[in-house]
Amino acid sequence: MSTLAPSQEGAGRSSTGTTPARALRPVRSAGRRAKRLRQRLVVLSFIGPAVAGLAIFFVYPLLAAVYFSFTRFDLVNQPVWVGLQNWRFLFKDSNLPDAVRNTIWFVVIMVPARIIFALVTSVLLNRIRRGQSLYRTLFFLPALAPPVAATLAFVFLLKPGTGPVNSLLDAVGIEGPLWFNSPTWAKPSLVLLSLWGIGDLMIIFVAALLDVPAELYEAAAIDGAGRWRQFRNITLPTISPVLLFAGVTGAIATLQYFTQAAVAASVASGGATTGGGISSTFGYPERSTLTYPLWLYVVGFRFNSLGYANVLAVVLFVVAVAVTSIMLRRFRAFTGGS
Amino acid sequence: MNRTRAGLRAGAVLAAVALAAGCTPGSNAPTPGASGVEPTGTIEFWHFFTDREAEEIAKVIDDFEAKYPKVHVVVKDGQDDTKMLQAIGAGEGPDVGLSYSTDIVGKFCSSGAWIDLNAYLERDDVDLSQFPDSVRSYTEYRGKRCSMPFLTDTYGFYYNKNDFAEAGITQPPKTLDELADVAKRLTKRAPDGTIERAGFLPLWGFYEFSPAHFAPIAGAGWLKSDGTSAVGTDAAWPDLLRWQKELVDWYGYDNLEKFRASLGDEFSADHAFHKDQVSMMVDGEWRIAFLKDQAPDVEFGTAPMPAMTSDLYGAGYVTGNVMGVSKNSDNPEAAWALIRYLATDTGAVVKLANGIKNVPSTRAALTSPDLEVDPAFQTFLDIFDDPNTSTTPPSAVGPAYQETFTQFCMEWQSGSTTDLTGGLAEVDNQVNQLIELAG
Repeated sequence: MSTLAPSQEGAGRSSTGTTPARALRPVRSAGRRAKRLRQRLVVLSFIGPAVAGLAIFFVYPLLAAVYFSFTRFDLVNQPVWVGLQNWRFLFKDSNLPDAVRNTIWFVVIMVPARIIFALVTSVLLNRIRRGQSLYRTLFFLPALAPPVAATLAFVFLLKPGTGPVNSLLDAVGIEGPLWFNSPTWAKPSLVLLSLWGIGDLMIIFVAALLDVPAELYEAAAIDGAGRWRQFRNITLPTISPVLLFAGVTGAIATLQYFTQAAVAASVASGGATTGGGISSTFGYPERSTLTYPLWLYVVGFRFNSLGYANVLAVVLFVVAVAVTSIMLRRFRAFTGGS
Repeated sequence: MNRTRAGLRAGAVLAAVALAAGCTPGSNAPTPGASGVEPTGTIEFWHFFTDREAEEIAKVIDDFEAKYPKVHVVVKDGQDDTKMLQAIGAGEGPDVGLSYSTDIVGKFCSSGAWIDLNAYLERDDVDLSQFPDSVRSYTEYRGKRCSMPFLTDTYGFYYNKNDFAEAGITQPPKTLDELADVAKRLTKRAPDGTIERAGFLPLWGFYEFSPAHFAPIAGAGWLKSDGTSAVGTDAAWPDLLRWQKELVDWYGYDNLEKFRASLGDEFSADHAFHKDQVSMMVDGEWRIAFLKDQAPDVEFGTAPMPAMTSDLYGAGYVTGNVMGVSKNSDNPEAAWALIRYLATDTGAVVKLANGIKNVPSTRAALTSPDLEVDPAFQTFLDIFDDPNTSTTPPSAVGPAYQETFTQFCMEWQSGSTTDLTGGLAEVDNQVNQLIELAG
């Protein structure tokens, strides 16, 4: 085995043939080191802004959150180190189980519901022969609505007494539920809202479906495979990386589910929030829409316990990383290891 | 090499932590200058009022600027407490902040978000006895006076005179049992049972129907002398909750929720009382101005809230808007001048009281001949003067103890919780945990 690195071996085979390679080695290797350093600096200058952004906007806040989680911090005064007090409170917090349960409910129900609904919609849209663009646009439009406006509109649509949905249900003899005013129906109502704004996911699925080679379907059809078999054995495996992407990003987004739950609770409660801020109505009705991020906000900005709020934030981050890695590992086989 | 890298990593972590510790608010409470200094400069004033009420505030601010021509006030309306505290924590925010509720006094005082005004009060010889006792008590926290009153809100009972006449009812109810009876008589239902008009809508969280506003007429207490929760041990709360639950059950919880969801917003012209969708309600004195402005055809009367026992009749819940000087104020002298003007200048207080239709918070303004008092408004002045009238106690956790209890009340009224004693004990537990967390 040679003791020289390949580049050094190359350097020893000098074209002049008069100077011994060993004598030139220190000079040349110094030059190469300088060259390598220059290359590294060039690379660093390209990735520098991204690294700086990552350090300032991700690493620093993360470390700061960990630090603050060990302090009593009210946003106004200097934080006071309290050791594990906030972390111990995590196991005593009687509102936390509700918040965790609600968030898990959304992850388990809302994420798959969105994926399935978007997939079915995209498959159907791809089958339409005439007016395909028009239908795609129509289905995509709700995704353009700002979340607050969309939620407001949805709460009014589903108003139990006077909303058009219940009026329609009444017209056909069905007594509509209380929707956002019912602890049982509030979460499903938010799922309906998320399905209405499915356009973002749908458009990704439409693109993925168009990428499935048509010859695979032709071959399968010749072999006698029906529509369902083709979908299960060709479509699903081909678009599985996109499905995985939708699952991972959907789970992460749902773990941070905030705006729609906050606005729906505030509007449906009918309570005045003048001066008190919207957070006084979070969770309405009966904490059924109190998600983990909403509770984190209440603890931090309504109760001013920023130290404990940072504990919740760190836990949420760890859970999000864990869920993502589990999903990636679990579905590696499904995506063919890609 | 590895050791060097490990050292670098540890150094980076320590630097970030040090930076985190450094990027936190400082504590630089201003000290007042010499007496008699003329305030100058620009100050920012945040308040929560909007629309008509914000216009009334603007008029008084104009008066202030006329009196102090070297001070310019930048007014920002429609703000809320959470936003204000976040801004102060970030080193920004207003010079003068106005909160809608005394519930935040404990939080703003104990955290130092608002500075202690005692030094300014002593320097300028401000006589605190010009404020009624209840007002003095809710503007300080553990001896620290970090806020001054900006009018007072007093809660009473409103009823629709036409609905009463139609049902042959001659006077407003004085006890909770009478209230339930009258509510049933005034309620109108469609043939399918749907509520068309509720005599009284007894759902916690509906408009101003809250445990805090009913505590004085039930004689119920919130906190013990050591600052811990008292709701689990005060016998008045179960009585109040049972009375409310019986009335809810008479209507049917689902019927009430459906009816409530069909009503307009509290601070809109579609308010249910304006539309005769509810015949009686509990509300603050400001509703008089809203009714005259938005529903002039409604014939209404006012009275003290029906009470649990006859000795408590006449009392009510009182709270107030409070204002303070932010610890970040660059111009605390001018900020104090504005606060002093709004809190103690009789002309300003009367003008605000007449404009917003709030109860004045100084004795001089209460007896001022310029104060516009009609029979409806006089009810609230009487409630304000009642010895049993009280407010919610200040706490370092702000309104968290009330919100935790209200959450339980909502579960109780819907029937999802049936264990009243156990539930109230759990509320105590939760509140005490929050108090412990706040230190």
